[in-house]
Parts: sequence; structure tokens; C-alpha cells
Amino acid sequence: MASTLDRTVFRKPESLAPKITHYCPGCTHGVIHRMVAEVLDELGVMDRTVGVAPVGCSVLIYHYFECDFQEAAHGRAPAFATGIKRVRPDLVVFTYQGDGDLCSIGMSEIIHAANRGEKFTTIFVNNAIYGMTGGQMAPTTLANQVTSTSPFGRDTDHTGMPIRMSELLSALVTPAYIERVSTHDARHTIKAKKAVRRAFQHQLNNDCFSMVEVLSTCPTNWGLTPLEATKWVEDNMIPYYPLGVFKEPPVEEG
Amino acid sequence: MAKTLMKGNEAIGEAAIRAGALNYFCYPITPQTELAEYLAKRMPEVGGVFLQGESELAVSNMLFGAAGAGVRVFTSSSSPGISLMQEALSYIAGAQLPVVVVNIVRGGPGLGGILPAQSDYFQATKGGGHGDYRLLVLAPASVQEAVDLTMKAFYLADKYRNPVMIMGDGMIGQMMEPVEFNPPQEGDLPPKDWATTGAKGRKRNQIHSLFLDPVALEANNRVLYAKYEEMKKHEVLFERYNCSRHNKVLLVAYGTMARICKTAIAELKRLKISVGLFRPITLFPFPEKELRTAAEPVGRLVSVEMSMGQMVEDVERVVGREKPVSFFGRCGGIVPSPEEVVAEVKRLVADSGPPAQKKPARKKTGAKKTAKSRKG
Repeated sequence: MASTLDRTVFRKPESLAPKITHYCPGCTHGVIHRMVAEVLDELGVMDRTVGVAPVGCSVLIYHYFECDFQEAAHGRAPAFATGIKRVRPDLVVFTYQGDGDLCSIGMSEIIHAANRGEKFTTIFVNNAIYGMTGGQMAPTTLANQVTSTSPFGRDTDHTGMPIRMSELLSALVTPAYIERVSTHDARHTIKAKKAVRRAFQHQLNNDCFSMVEVLSTCPTNWGLTPLEATKWVEDNMIPYYPLGVFKEPPVEEG
Repeated sequence: MAKTLMKGNEAIGEAAIRAGALNYFCYPITPQTELAEYLAKRMPEVGGVFLQGESELAVSNMLFGAAGAGVRVFTSSSSPGISLMQEALSYIAGAQLPVVVVNIVRGGPGLGGILPAQSDYFQATKGGGHGDYRLLVLAPASVQEAVDLTMKAFYLADKYRNPVMIMGDGMIGQMMEPVEFNPPQEGDLPPKDWATTGAKGRKRNQIHSLFLDPVALEANNRVLYAKYEEMKKHEVLFERYNCSRHNKVLLVAYGTMARICKTAIAELKRLKISVGLFRPITLFPFPEKELRTAAEPVGRLVSVEMSMGQMVEDVERVVGREKPVSFFGRCGGIVPSPEEVVAEVKRLVADSGPPAQKKPARKKTGAKKTAKSRKG
């Protein structure tokens, strides 16, 4: 009988490049990258996958994956992915976008890609703030949340209410798979990965557009410790951004 | 092959297909919408991709993604739409991808009008978007030339991994002329081993225009500029018409305006005034040496344009130290008539006598003349 030492229980996914990321301590981008990489491994599609990088904290994501990557202009990743997938439907295409990229400057591109039913997958990382530029207000910034451009807290009379992207896209008539998940603890992270896998599976089945909205942390710009940040997601984000499947066509398991 | 009568816009679309460009993304805008309408029917017939995007912003980025995936891809638009595409064009140039963009120019600025103009010369030839880069710009003067240059554009885009623009105007897009589609002449092209087609059996490919290290960014810009130098050496196209040492004036004009100048030259010949025409076909690279040579025997040059005077700055740059250069043109969708060109040449010939050593203040001359033309 082999000892437990002979058995690999945890290793770097093949799809992940052996690189140290530039992300801040406590940020969950690394966890979400890993989820995507594990799914690419499990589905055996890494060598026919093209990722589309956003502008934002994860602008350098292409360094961290072993698959092909294109870097898009700010917010335009869904247009990029459309271009790639339309001319090469055999490729597996995904965009990885933050909240500023996807639901501020790229709002038009994501809505129309979803509405056309483009057969790619979007990983939407929502941490309620612009991280890379140093903590400005995003469309998903919560009411009264302090950021560098809402220093007295987000005044919703002045800036409107935070945008619930999953709900908004689910209102489209075109079929899609849309789920919101969170990464604030292990239990939710395991669930989040299942959603990512389901999204890619829908793409492989050529079912529909698929998007997983992942609630994420930004301890640095929230001014919290990593532990406080995960608690903040639970106490403040989840009540406003409820988790769950918002939309899904009938499923054929692959 | 038999000639068929085709509208410029449709002929450009067909030429692209014949050049193997089976991927087209578009957004409707006058005066080029016939191109989109033609391809909406034609692309399914040839098994190609036709997609109407939600904006020119999106369309140009679809182009970017598709070009990155290694296929021949193109779009068409007109001035305000092309302005929206400048973001992607800058990225595409930085990331060194081959795309073809057809710009059927209309009058501006702003929403402007829908009639033919040449007022996007600066935007097309000097970069257009942010950063140090150029497009290769081809300016057809007939529907047949639009066909030939469109086919050539895809080859040039692949050869230099650079965006190529076909710059026509509403006249080229809208008029019907007999055309034939000769098989495109293409040299050997290297394989697109940089494309994002899935990292099967090779290292990953990355397409990006981000270079956070200033040394790397400067190096990338130097690579781009080395390509532009190659274009200057190998790709310059131009036409000389009625050029001789008897010329009193050399007109410089491109596209539709050059055709009108040819009509004016015939009339001037009848009036015993010898006038030549120099027609740049590549607007970038601009035919610098060739214009200098053509200008040698003549006393003065006039840049005739459907704008307030844009190409004239390149003409001045090239020969302005040696020869007087002036500008004549109309804009806003008004196309100067041959009679107006004839009148301008007659005025210059009467005014100048022996050519002045120093060039006159061209802006004053141009502005005054344009104002006068408008009254009349």
C-alpha cells in the first residue's frame, strides 16, 4: 500500500504558468486564476484556448497562463472574444474582466455580446472598486462605500445605485448561463469553481453565452486586512449582490 | 475576364472576397452602407463571416481579435465611424496585426455631412490615434483601382503586419463603373506563427501592445518605424499625368479630385496652358522623391483637395523650400468643378509672371480663394 507521501494531492495546474503574480496580499485574483486554470486542465482544452485580458488589475493575466492570450483595449474584451470566436469557432475563448472594465467602459460590448449569444465565457471579477488605478469608485461600488473618488461615501443621489450585472444581463431574452459566486471562504470558492466549469461546459456544448460573476476582495483599496476583507464581502456585498444561478438553458452534461 | 458594371462600395466588397478576406465586421454609416449590404448577402454564399456589431468601437475591436486569430479580416466605415475606430487602430498597429479598413470619407468635422470629402487626410496619414504609428494608406481614383488596391491591401497588411486603409470618398463609393476582378498578385508571405490559434505543440502566443518597460516600448516603436521605412522604399505608388518641362503649373491631387484635375487639364490644354498632374496613390508612404522629381521643371505647385488644405502640408514639406506651393479646394461635401480648377490655374499663371523665389503665404491665398469660390 502506498503511503500518502506518494500521492499528489495538490499541484499547480498545467494551464497556469510558473510565475509569481503581482497581485496584492489577500486579493482573490490568484484564486480565480487558479479556478480557471484547473477547469481548462480538467476539460483538456488548454491547447485550444484563447484568453482575452482586460485593462485593470489583471491586465498582465497573460503572463500567468500557458494558453494563448490577447490583450484587449479597456472594456472591449467581449468584442475581441466575438472576433476570435466568430472566425475560429473551434477555439475555446474566454474573457477575464473586472468591474470597471466590464460594467463601466465596456457595458455596451458585454450587453451586445451576451445578447448575440456569443459562445464564449466571461469571468467577471467584481470587487466594487477600481483596483489598478488606486481605488476609485466603480459602477459596482456599494452605496456609502468610501473610495478615492467618493471620499465621503458613494452618494447614490449623485451617482445612482450600484449595477447588478448578472441581473441586468439575465433580463435579455437570448439564452445564457449566468451565475454569481463568491470567493470569501473555502466553501464558496469550491462552489465558484463549479460554476466556472459549468460556464466552460456550456461553451463546449455550443449552448450559449456564459458568464460567472465572482465577488472578490480588494483589501488594499478597501483599507482592510485580508481577513476583514473577506468578512466585508459576506456582510456588505452578498446582501446586495445575491449569489446563485440567474439564468441557464436546459443542460446536457458533457 | 468580362467587365461588370458595379458600384464602388460593392466592388470593394467583392474584391476583398477575391483576396481571401472572408471575415467582415461592420456598423452602418452613410455613404458606405452598400458595402455592408452587399456582404450581408455575399459572405454566406462563400462561407464567410458577416457580423454587424453594436458600434464602430466594438467592430474595430472584433477586427483586432479576429486578426489576432490569424485570419484576413476587414471593415468599412466613413469618417465619424473611423474616428471611433482610432482606439483599436492604435492598438492594432502597436500589436502589429494585419487588418484592412475602408474609409469612404465624408465631410466633417463632427457629424458633418454625408457628401464626398477628403478632410480625413491628416487622420489617415499621420497616425490618427494615440502613439507613434502609421497606417499604410491607399487612395483609389476609380472603381477599378479601388478593386485592385483592395486586393493589394490584404497582401500589404499581411506583409507588414500593419493596418492598411483604403481611403476613398463618397464619389468612389457611390459611382458605378465597369470593373474586372483579376486574380490578386501576391508575393510569398511568412506563416502567421504569431497568431492565437491554441498553443498545441508550441509555446503560448501572446498578442499585446502593453510594454511597461520603457526600453521595450521604445524598441517596439523602433520596429514599427523600421517597417515604415521599408514601406517608403518598396510600396510607393503614384501617377504622373501630362507632366512635361512645358508645364506652367503642377497640380497635386488624389482620388476623385485627381480625376477632376484631369478634365481641367484638358480644358487648359485648349487654352494653351500646359499643366501636369501628380497623383499620389499611396498617401502614406507619401511619394516624396517622385514628387520632387516631377516638380523640378515647373514653376509652381497647387495642391487641389476636397478639404481646407491637408495634403498641401506634405507637398510643402517635400518641395516647399524650392517651389511656391499653394492650395485650392472646396470642402463640406462640395466637389470643386473642373471650371473652378481652370480658373484657379489661370489666376495663378496671370498673377505670377516669372515664378517668385520665395513661396507666397499659401494659407492666405487658399482662404481668400475658397471664400471667393463660395460667393460665386
